[in-house]
Parts: sequence; C-alpha cells; structure tokens
Amino acid sequence: MAALNIKKGSSSHSAYDLRDPHAQVESSHTLAVLVDNEAGVLARVIGLFSGRGYNIDSLTVAEVDHKGHRSRITIVTRGSLAVIDQIKAQLGRIVPVHEVHDLTVEGRAVERELALFKVAGTGEKRVEALRLADIFRASVVDSTLESFVFEITGTPEKIDAFADLMRPLGLIDVARTGVAALSRGV
Amino acid sequence: MSRAMTGAKMVVQALKDQGVEVVFGYPGGAVLPIYDEIFQQNDIKHVLVRHEQGAVHMAEGYARSTGKPGVVLVTSGPGATNAVTGLVDALMDSIPLVVFTGQVPTFMIGTDGFQEADTVGITRPCTKHNWLVKDTDKLAETIHQAFHVATSGRPGPVLIDIPKDVQFATGGYTGPKQARTDHYQPKVKGDIEAITKLVDLMETAERPIFYTGGGVINSGPGASQLLRELVDATGFPITSTLMGLGAYPASGKSWLGMLGMHGLYEANLAMHDCDLMINIGARFDDRITGRIADFSPQSKKAHIDIDASSINKVIHVDLPILGDVGHVLEDLLKVWKARGRKVNKPALDAWWGKIAGWKARNCLAYAPSTTTIKPQYALERLEALTKGRDRYITTEVGQHQMWAAQFLSFEAPNRWMTSGGLGTMGYGLPASIGVQVAHPDALVINVAGEASWLMNMQEMGTAVQFRAPVKQFILNNERLGMVRQWQQLLHGERYSQSWSEALPDFVKLAEAFGCKGIQCSDPAKLDDAIQEMLDYDGPVIFDCLVEKHENCFPMIPSGKPHNEMILGDAETEGAIGAKGAVLV
Repeated sequence: MAALNIKKGSSSHSAYDLRDPHAQVESSHTLAVLVDNEAGVLARVIGLFSGRGYNIDSLTVAEVDHKGHRSRITIVTRGSLAVIDQIKAQLGRIVPVHEVHDLTVEGRAVERELALFKVAGTGEKRVEALRLADIFRASVVDSTLESFVFEITGTPEKIDAFADLMRPLGLIDVARTGVAALSRGV
Repeated sequence: MSRAMTGAKMVVQALKDQGVEVVFGYPGGAVLPIYDEIFQQNDIKHVLVRHEQGAVHMAEGYARSTGKPGVVLVTSGPGATNAVTGLVDALMDSIPLVVFTGQVPTFMIGTDGFQEADTVGITRPCTKHNWLVKDTDKLAETIHQAFHVATSGRPGPVLIDIPKDVQFATGGYTGPKQARTDHYQPKVKGDIEAITKLVDLMETAERPIFYTGGGVINSGPGASQLLRELVDATGFPITSTLMGLGAYPASGKSWLGMLGMHGLYEANLAMHDCDLMINIGARFDDRITGRIADFSPQSKKAHIDIDASSINKVIHVDLPILGDVGHVLEDLLKVWKARGRKVNKPALDAWWGKIAGWKARNCLAYAPSTTTIKPQYALERLEALTKGRDRYITTEVGQHQMWAAQFLSFEAPNRWMTSGGLGTMGYGLPASIGVQVAHPDALVINVAGEASWLMNMQEMGTAVQFRAPVKQFILNNERLGMVRQWQQLLHGERYSQSWSEALPDFVKLAEAFGCKGIQCSDPAKLDDAIQEMLDYDGPVIFDCLVEKHENCFPMIPSGKPHNEMILGDAETEGAIGAKGAVLV
C-alpha cells in the first residue's frame, strides 16, 4: 500500500518493523495526495483531518492534470510516527484518492512556497527593506511611495526568516501559498 | 449503445440491473419522479416505512442477513437528515447500503429552498462515499459505481443525492458492465510471505487464540466455512467480537464465547494470557481491548484486515496481513496443510487445561428466582424454545443486547444483527423488519429493552402493513438498564433520569397497531407465553416484565485490563477508578 509506504499488496512488513512504534516524538511530514478533481474531494480530506483530530500546518491544492481530472494536494502535517502512518492509511481509503506519498520518508524532496509581503515605510527603513529583499532574491511586484509588495519563493524556513526581518521594517500584510513539493530525481 | 430515458427511470432501471429486489423508503417532494416510476413497475418491491431512520436500519437488517447491499430511497432535507443515524451505524459496522436522497433542483441549490439541506456535506463523514449528481447522463454510471463502492473492500454505506430536475431530464443510460469501476479495486489477496510467517507462528505457538470479528461475516459464507475448517483442524481456541457471532458455531468444540467488556471470563482471560493472537477481521475496538497498555502483554499479534487503516490504529501488531478474510484464510489453510498440519500439541493441551479452569468459574451464573423473571432466564428459555430452528436475532442496545450475546447461541453467520460500533438504540425493531422482508418464512426475533424499543416503535406499523411476523421480545425492566448499572457503579447510585416513566401498556399498544400483544411476569408461565409468541402467525409485541435491578456481568470496568474482570455484584465496590470514570 502506498498509504503505508510499503509495496501494494505486500504485508510482510509494516513500517512499524522499521521504527519504534511507541515513539511519541512528533515530527513534520509533507504528504502528496493525488486525487480525482471532483466536487467535495478537498472537503473529504480536510474533514478527515478535523474529524480525527490531526494537524494541518499547510495545505495547497490545484489541478495538475486537466485531461485526467487529477489534482495534487500537498499537506504538511505533524504527529508521532504512529499518527502519521494512521493519517496516510486514512487518506488512502478515501475513494477518490489515488496515491498517498510521504515525501518526508520517501527519499529527498524539493519543497517550495510562494509569499507576498506588503511592507510600508519611508526613509532608511524603506531602503533597508529593499536591500534585504535583494539578498533574499525577492522581487518587487508593486510599489508606491510609502510601500512595497515583495514576491518571494523558497522553503518555508526562508520565508519565515524573511518575515522576521521585514517585521521591524514595516511589514503590514502577508499572503503565503503553502507548500508545494516534489520528490527529487526519478 | 446507451438508451435514452429520464433520470427517474434510470434509478429504477439501474436497481433492476443491480439485482435489487426491495427498496426501503419514504416519499416526498424531491423524489416524486422516482416514486412515479416505482408505481409503474412490479419488479422492485417498495417497503413504506414510518420514519427514514427506520428505512436505513431495515436496509441494514436486510443487508446483514443476506450479504447483499440494502437500498434506501428518501426525500431531500428532513428525509436525508433523518437517515443520518442509520448511515453512521452502517459505517461503523461496515454494512453495505446504497441510499438515494432527493434534492431540490440544481438551479435552487444554495438558495435555502424548501426542504433543502446540504446532504452530501452532512453525510460526507457518515458514508464511505457520496455523490451529488448534477447531470442525468452521469446518473446511471454513478449508481453502478455506488453499488461497487458499497460492496467492495471494507463494505459501507454510500449515498447518491439526485436533484429533482436531474430526475425529470432525459439522458443516456449506462449499463452496469459499461460503468467504470476500475479505479476503486481494493486488494483482496494477502501477501503470501506474511501468511507463511503466520503459519510459522501457528506451528510453534503454545497458547494461541483466534480473535474474530465482523470482517469474517462480511467476507461471505465461504469465509465462515474456511474459518471453521481452520479452527477445527488446528484445535486452537476461538473467541469473537459482538459483530462476529455465528461465523464459528457456538456448538463448536473450540468456542470460548464472546470476548470484550461483557464477554466471557474464559475468552477474556485467554486473550490476556495467549502467546499468539490471530485477529481475523476485527478491529481492536475499545470494548475489546480494555486498558491498552495491559492488553494481552505476552502475545505476538497477527491481524488480517482488508482496511489498512485498521492495522496498527489502536494496537501495534507484529504481523499485519492486508487482504480479504476469505482469500487470506484460503491461502493460510493451503500453506499450513502443505507444511504438514503442524501444531504444538503438548503445549496446546496444557493451554486447553488452563482454559478449562477459567470455564469452571461459570461466569454467566446468576441468582435464579421463582418469583421474578430474571432477564438471563428469559433468554435461556427463548434459546431453549427456539433451539434447532433457523432463527434470526436482532437487538436494540443496552443490557439486553449483552445478555442476548451471552445467552443465545449462533450456529451460522448472518443470523445476528446488532448495532455494535455506534450502539444505536432503536436499531432492533426496524432491523428485524428488514430481516423478515429478506426471509419471509424465517423466525425473526428482536430482543429489546423497553426504552430502546420505544425509540422506533412507529415501525410496528410497517411490520403490520407488510405482514412481517417479527417477534418483539422486550425485556422490560422499566429502566435504562445499562445507564442505571453505570450510575450504580460509578455515580454513587444516583439514578439520574434512568427510569422509564409513563410506559405504554404494550399489550394495548400491540392491539392499537393491529398485532398481538403478550405480557408475562411469572417465571412459571414464561415458557407457555414464549411458545404462544412463536406460534402466532403475525407480528407480536411481547412485554416480558423482568427484574428491575439486574446487572450485566461479567464486566471489564472501564480502564481495566482483561484480567481484572468483575464477575458479580459482590466485586463492584470501587471497581472503576477515577481514570476509568471518564471513559464510556
């Protein structure tokens, strides 16, 4: 089963053979869920998380195969390994869900997020914001005499770091897309 | 070639093509076109219920006693919301249902129209899957897919919401063979490597036990047959959950009785002390496990289940086998036989010796009475007087349900219909009607408590109308018995709201419904009264006035492990600690 990160139909070993089942240490996992793009499918996934008390740190969804009506939902969640395995198994049994991948355990993955930052200020602060934006390779997508809107792409950590730097410089609004992720290599 | 027809006609055509014989339902504005089509045909029987919840429980009774999906048809808004309890009940107990709901026309959806409810939104977590069909061309295919999803893999209820304009519009009909079902194909064959590993464990186990559940019943009669063969050939003891009763016959030599909170002492102690637990189609429910940390501490655990999310959900298992019970048991038997049918005979003999010691405790013993009918006695007599008959039992929820599971014996699968997971009071009466509709000539008895029974008593009208000769065997203690028992054990005997005040006269009630009423309060007259019920050719409401304060034992108090069962009233003092008190 893809949901359990073991070969489909194989049950000779479970993920539990590999790890301590009683480990209560919470860790963050990025799950890629491929679903039929049909009405209500996102509600099913979100309902599963709220109904069973799981966490969602970030969630993105968009159609990725127009002809095949497939959407990709990327969820960043946290929990003990037992909980993460249960989340994957529960996702796997939703009828329109085709595949569940745990990008955190299935080898290395690229994770990116896009964010827009509105920073208001004049004088020295405005110059400093622009200088830092340059260091972070953020681009200016809107500008007035009192404000900038920066666009930045990167890992969630990079965007957090940029937000920390912008806050004292007049950060007034943030919009983030949530994480999109793909495994590296083929 | 697809044939053109209206959406309403498609529903009826698709039901015929799916082999459906009976629909349980209730008409209303948003399903009138479908009811018009039902009027104009004779292939599908429609059972008119009195309340939509009753329709769903009837369909559950039908499904559980036949292995076929139950079909329900109700209207929009309140029709759909009334069906919700039944949907969750079927979801928890893995019962295949296909429920059709009417919906306001597509152009009115979202306007808070008359009898509009967001049915797919409300029922999304209450169903295995659901659909809102907005295009008549897609309706037939969706219905066929719905039957496929309801019955494949772990069965469950599905719902199709059909707006009224979609029922009126004409579209192309897709037959069952043309409908695409390929994307939902749960794996049924278990991994042979894992099965072989289980055989390894079985060959050397010193204290093995089979722990079976509703998954065996759901897998079909073939699975029960294979289970019997396996159990009898290995000589391993077997216990079952409430849901799995009948898969292995109660008269079988390896039968320990039901396990769990009100299970038998020998079954629970064997679970606690075993060194190999083979879970077949059960799910380590909290009624079974008691305190997780002390659950069967010395055993290796194997778990055969078709649902990956059931494995390692509650209890960590050493050997998961993902697949259908029937398929896995077939392979398991094959491998075990091919390797010479080995078991650890000397150890097994010693294990049975230990079990015999537990059995000698006679955990179901109760204080008999010559003046009052003890509920256990009533069930013993019901058992004795129906012995050997092909008998179908449904129950409501509470003490009577547990006593029925303890004192009635089940020799075949699909003969025992009870609300296990959800614990729905009001389940038994409609379920018994659904069973009787499926088996018109069989003896169908609903073992009930008076409080549960009142919750859906309107369905007696359905029983009378459709000449379903269901026997309502009500153990009337004028109490919410299980609630009262917990209040006695947990809440200082403060019996808050747990008595049945102003009960109807059940005999007069029976007469008012146009069926037979019998009342009995004298143990000496009980046999004759039960015989009168069994002999009567029609529905009966049997008001059996029983001891009011009987407690249901044995009992594993909440938060306690299997080996801390209490066997009788004398042991109840302080049985449940503060931690256990927060559990249900």
